[in-house]
Amino acid sequence: MEDLPPKSVSLSLLREQQPRFTGLEAGHRACQGCGQALAARLVLEAAGPDVIIANATGCLEIFSSTWPESAWRTPWIHSLFENTAAVASGIEAAMRAQGRSTRVLAFAGDGGTFDIGFQSLSGMIERNHQVLYVCFDNEAYMNTGVQRSGSTPHGAWTTTSPLGTRSKGKKHYKKDLLSIIAAHRIPYAATASIAYPSDLRSKVRKALGEEGATFILIHSPCPLGWGHESHLSVEIDRLAVETGLFPLMEMERGELVNIMPIRKKRPVIDYIRPQERFRHLLEESDTAEEERNHLQALCDFNIERYGLLLDPEDTSSRPDSQSADTVRRGGTRWL
Amino acid sequence: MLEAIEGSQAIARAVAMCRPQVVAAYPITPQTHIVEGLSRLIANGTLSAQYISVESEFSAASVVMGASAAGSRSYTASASQGILLMTEVLYNIAGLRIPTVLTVANRAVSAPLSIWNDHQDSMSVRDAGWIQLYCANNQEAVDTTIQAFFISEKTEIPVMVCVDGYTLTHTLEPVDIPSQEEIDAFLPPFHFRRTLDPQNPITVGTLVSPDFFTEARAVNHQAFKKAIKTIHETDDLFFQLTGRRLGALLSVTGDSTAKTGILLMGSVFGTLSDALFSHEEKDEIRLLKLRSFRPFPKEDLQEAVRGLKTLIVLDRSLSTGSDGGIVGMEVRSALFGQKNAPRIINAVVGLGGRDLPLSLLSRLLDLSKNPDTPEFLFADIEPSRILEEVSSPVNTVHSEEK
Amino acid sequence: MVEIRIHGRGGQGIVSAAYLLALAAFESGLYAQAFPSFGAERRGAPISAFVRINKIPFARHCQILSPDYLIILDDSLLFLRETLLGVDASGGILANSRKSLPEIKNQLSKRGFSIREDHRIAIVGATEISLAHLGKPIPNTVLVSAFISLTGIISGACLEKALARRFAGEVLEANLSLVREGARQVEENAWVDQASDTRSQTYA
Repeated sequence: MEDLPPKSVSLSLLREQQPRFTGLEAGHRACQGCGQALAARLVLEAAGPDVIIANATGCLEIFSSTWPESAWRTPWIHSLFENTAAVASGIEAAMRAQGRSTRVLAFAGDGGTFDIGFQSLSGMIERNHQVLYVCFDNEAYMNTGVQRSGSTPHGAWTTTSPLGTRSKGKKHYKKDLLSIIAAHRIPYAATASIAYPSDLRSKVRKALGEEGATFILIHSPCPLGWGHESHLSVEIDRLAVETGLFPLMEMERGELVNIMPIRKKRPVIDYIRPQERFRHLLEESDTAEEERNHLQALCDFNIERYGLLLDPEDTSSRPDSQSADTVRRGGTRWL
Repeated sequence: MLEAIEGSQAIARAVAMCRPQVVAAYPITPQTHIVEGLSRLIANGTLSAQYISVESEFSAASVVMGASAAGSRSYTASASQGILLMTEVLYNIAGLRIPTVLTVANRAVSAPLSIWNDHQDSMSVRDAGWIQLYCANNQEAVDTTIQAFFISEKTEIPVMVCVDGYTLTHTLEPVDIPSQEEIDAFLPPFHFRRTLDPQNPITVGTLVSPDFFTEARAVNHQAFKKAIKTIHETDDLFFQLTGRRLGALLSVTGDSTAKTGILLMGSVFGTLSDALFSHEEKDEIRLLKLRSFRPFPKEDLQEAVRGLKTLIVLDRSLSTGSDGGIVGMEVRSALFGQKNAPRIINAVVGLGGRDLPLSLLSRLLDLSKNPDTPEFLFADIEPSRILEEVSSPVNTVHSEEK
Repeated sequence: MVEIRIHGRGGQGIVSAAYLLALAAFESGLYAQAFPSFGAERRGAPISAFVRINKIPFARHCQILSPDYLIILDDSLLFLRETLLGVDASGGILANSRKSLPEIKNQLSKRGFSIREDHRIAIVGATEISLAHLGKPIPNTVLVSAFISLTGIISGACLEKALARRFAGEVLEANLSLVREGARQVEENAWVDQASDTRSQTYA
């Protein structure tokens, strides 16, 4: 729990004035409203400069490192799509061999984590390398132009889960990656959202303080792939949390230890309405209604499974989906 | 000190004395004894290094890449399918000019499945941008391993040490392993200029636009030209230390007036040398031992074939559907347009572990004397074993008798 | 040059036997090479290994097609055509068996192998000796010891030296007793008359 400053000082002023390490500089080539760019910046604000980053192929890699330019203020290496966890393992082994305390971060998207890079990630966790692996989850292969991945949610449109007489978006469920990660009995694993930056940063700090492998899955909206207005990224990500579709939680050694409670539960329709990828689910048809109900059921299942609803009796001051620090810069609050 | 030792154990000892800080590997026949040996040396404290038991060869290559990029000397070994699984990373390591050493225990590539020796695995990655050095015996395997770290760190090009699987890796024979003091005097501690360090952050592995890509590739190609000099110099330095030369890129044995040459890579050198020793026409024959396939020593080769009427090029791999073996095409290309270039007979031999006996020499010489011998042939094929196309050599077994 | 082929089944220590013989030769100042027959075989499958011993270094890395000697660790393999392939008539065959020599010869000829008078065949019950001294049915050390005693190409002391490089303590003691027992099973230098010369013509 962070110490709150005296009430007389404006929180926002304090935030403005507090120097934070900018590991990912402005001037890169990300799209407007890129959730991943914000997420990566927040991770590095918390991690500080004494890190080495291994970055998988993907948007983050492409938009930050077009030769001869680089947006990185930390040592950074991009090797391939599917070997980030292994490259990070090697860097960590080198740090160990040299007796250095520099922390190693692995950055990858959901394609590089849920799908093609999953094997090397599992190996890295099994060997318990002192690496914080961050997956920026924008729920499809955005770098190649929006193809479905193992992380794409059920019902979502992508170019390879298109709409047609025989298809209503992605047929399969989003892979429950965190449970798989947790099954490795990893020291620390968490989910985070760009809508809750303080929460995100504190999870990064916590992960870096652990001995061994740690993992954070950050929900990272993609205006291009999800089909929403650029200025809505943060708001949409908050809705992903408030509907229960993307629960924020922490796990230690595979056991759930903490969740961010939802104070005001929102219906899933609020989340899907502003996103083009779900537009077909808004139709007046039986199948659309069935899919909407299905997504709502997934939210309700998460809420039930992780106990996400704030207990009205809960008088503790822990942040919930309403009270937690949220991003207010660069966009007005939507809805 | 000379000792009788299995090839793999000798290689493991040589690697350990080069003091790698990170070793990553995945088991595959016939490479496994090497990393088992290293694992033991680390377990008993002889070598202080991180041993990373990865979950695939793909990760083995990735781990050593990360380790070297972060400033630690690294090592891995593999063979066959493992090399192919590494392929994407091999290109990446080379493209980023990250020094490391990989031992290839040369083995055939499936299918048909074969765990036995040929050169298809390393030949398949000849374009990946690694220096490739082939070893004729276990002494060369040890010495080349030590040289490889030196060459790689000097040129910033990764080096593949190619050792015939089983034929060398599993053979116990006398080997002189240099002392730790000798190796320390030869090989300075690892220092990489472009290391990942928060004190001096660099960005490695960027996206390069069409405006610069050709130039980036050309720079790497030029580095190989410079590496030719480094390989020569390294062999000289090594000679001063141990009294042994490994023949830099290409070495010639036999009479300078010889009219027939045999160009080969790897352990068949010893067998042909022995056969030549007792051959009645030994003054007529010259052996060209190609040690460095990458960089390819074009000028050395042009010099080495001077005076030859016939050059037999042995290939232990195949570019299926091409008009020759891989080494054969390379040699033809290097000698193309040369005045008085010898007639080239390209013979594929010893695929998938087929034994290369002493009688190979006379068989090759018979071929060279026959004017009808084709430019390219499988010299040790048994035609009677081909029953019909596809079904033989038998890769498919029907469960029911026909 | 002396060329030896060792046959046995996976798990009997065939490769160890080949290495041990080469190491003993190396200890006695000879140049030696040993290698397995490069198989993917599992425990119990027939496998073989090769040893070359010479006074001066050699360079070949090919298989041994016509061995001077065979050492057979499992007598069920003695009757296979592949086992006897290429064996020189002036060489010798040393086999591990509980059967008697006449019985072995009888079985060989029954299966169509012609046995001449000058064929040298020696039989040692190595498995039983190993069981008695080591508690394990691993016949290799006994046979290697019997082999060098028969041929006289290496002294027993060099074999003991080679073992001492690999083993220590009780295991070494047990192995040394296997060496002594193995040597006792055969007539010393019984195969020596030609071994040193005729077989070194190819290269030495």
